[in-house]
Amino acid sequence: MLELQHLGKRFGERVALDDVSFRVAPGRLTGFVGGNGAGKTTTMRIVLGVLGADTGTVTLDGHPLGTADRRSFGYMPEERGLYPKMRVLEQTVYLARLHGWSPAAARRNAEELLERLGLAERHDDPVESLSLGNQQRAQIAAALVHRPEVLVLDEPFSGLDPIAVETVQSVLSDAADSGARVLFSSHQLDIVERICDDLVIIAAGRIRAAGSGEELRAEHGSERWELLTDGDAGWVRELPGIVVTDFDGGWARFEADSDAARRAVLAEALRRGEVAGFTREHTTLAQIFKEVVQ
Amino acid sequence: MSTSRSTAELRTPKFTETVGLIAGREVTTRLRSKAFLISTGILMLAVLASVVLGGIFGGKSDPAKVAVVGAAATAVEGNPALEAVPVDDQAAGEALLRDGEVDAIIVPEASDPTGLQVIGLDRAPGGVVQALSAQPGVELLDPATVDPLLAYFIAFGFGIVFFMSAITFGSTIAQSVVEEKQTRIIEILLSTVSARELLTGKVIGNSVLAFGQIIAIAVLALVGLLATGQRVLLGVLGSSVIWFVVFFAIGFVMLAALFAASAALVSRAEDVGSVTSPVTMLVMIPYFAVVFFFDNPTILTVMSYIPFSAPVGMPVRIFLGQAEWWEPVLSLLILVATTLGALAIGDRVYRNSLLRTGTRVKLAEALRG
Repeated sequence: MLELQHLGKRFGERVALDDVSFRVAPGRLTGFVGGNGAGKTTTMRIVLGVLGADTGTVTLDGHPLGTADRRSFGYMPEERGLYPKMRVLEQTVYLARLHGWSPAAARRNAEELLERLGLAERHDDPVESLSLGNQQRAQIAAALVHRPEVLVLDEPFSGLDPIAVETVQSVLSDAADSGARVLFSSHQLDIVERICDDLVIIAAGRIRAAGSGEELRAEHGSERWELLTDGDAGWVRELPGIVVTDFDGGWARFEADSDAARRAVLAEALRRGEVAGFTREHTTLAQIFKEVVQ
Repeated sequence: MSTSRSTAELRTPKFTETVGLIAGREVTTRLRSKAFLISTGILMLAVLASVVLGGIFGGKSDPAKVAVVGAAATAVEGNPALEAVPVDDQAAGEALLRDGEVDAIIVPEASDPTGLQVIGLDRAPGGVVQALSAQPGVELLDPATVDPLLAYFIAFGFGIVFFMSAITFGSTIAQSVVEEKQTRIIEILLSTVSARELLTGKVIGNSVLAFGQIIAIAVLALVGLLATGQRVLLGVLGSSVIWFVVFFAIGFVMLAALFAASAALVSRAEDVGSVTSPVTMLVMIPYFAVVFFFDNPTILTVMSYIPFSAPVGMPVRIFLGQAEWWEPVLSLLILVATTLGALAIGDRVYRNSLLRTGTRVKLAEALRG
């Protein structure tokens, strides 16, 4: 378990982080979501030790992080950085060796990873000659080549086409499956929603919500229900304790002021004919995000 | 967790291993650079050319060959500037002269006060005439031990080699520091290795390259002197070249630390030139000083003890025979102490500036941390 406890950071007068606490569990993908300047990058840099916190601690399995722990971290900074003139494979192997891998194992790791990321053909090309998307893949390879136990990725999906997003997603899922703690930030809420097990939402330096997807939905999700029938659903409006918010032919979205009123809708629908659907309205991450940030 | 990951394939690297990896990358990157290889090649050619030219202008000419007829042979005998080729008569001598085998013919001539006559082909053979002339003995009250022109060339040689190598590798290490800041790979590196490991690796990698180049130049110069038969010069130059290499090895480490630290203050390659200009001045001043003041023993003595100019000043004094045996040792100790100081300051400035991107970091802030 990677645990951030009460992190605080000021830059001059500006408070960048205020009492930031959350956990990144092993084997799960944790998405870190927030607007521009909310404090995501600052938090990640503190976890990596490239920036010091004013207050608070970061612990790994209960002990404070040290240099030796951070050698088993993988990091993809917000501002991408690789040696532009160094070849892709050579550079990836070099970074693995700095982390302590033997030459042969570093090479094997790098070749496997570049193959999976679709860069096998570009082994001997200098990084600067790659397209932006491929540079991004090389950057992900650099963060993962030493098989880190903790992965911290700042916007790993930005600038990737949909196929590359899937590739990277599966690489990250594999890392989590093998026990790594994976924390990544993203603006692309749909991707985060699709792949993340846990979510952390930050705004103006404060954590607004944290937990698994189900927990967040239970807490911040919609109270509205949706009904789909084969006939006209206009009768729903007539039932007591029900407010219809949207209506279209056989489909209606409504709020019920009690569980009994909601169940009465289903019973009446079944009496009138075929029921194709009766579900709680799906709340998107974007909706939850808007709600908790405001 | 991290300790349990120790296997044959993965373990926590030692300081020396990390430094070795970083230094190795610096060296291979440079050896692959065409610009580096070309500039090294040009420097080597310049050294070789100056040695060969020195051999042509400074070397002693061979004795002139002269055809001697009859009794004239006695006049030439024992004269180091002339090599006698005995011929039967003047006609045989003329044949040799016309073929270019000899420079002149010497025949007995009773009517001449010297008893000899010199015959040339198309112009008076001045060298031969001078060699035959009687000259008064010369005694110098205060003889110069070294030809002043030669002294100038030696001073200039040490100066330019030091200047070129220090500037080349100093700006290389500066560029390499800024490249890591500019591309932001520094964040990845610093989440893996310490700033000290990074700086040590860079200084060692570039010092090895600079030292390798200096050794190559020294060997080329010494072999060149041997090959062109300038053994006399080799004798006096040999020890000063060895001292030069020793001084350079330590002096460059000092300069490399200063170049790296000042480059760490900026974040863009365009700013490297201006931020490293104070260090560049420290390299240029000794170069110009030695070229202008090589014949001023007082200034040379001062130069030979100031750490920045000692790598040039002391070898020149050794060559000129002005230095006592203990002087290079003392100067070397001063240089070593200054180098340790430069490394300590460089380490501090470098560590405190690496992650500060954007505007130039003020030196005072970098020192405070």
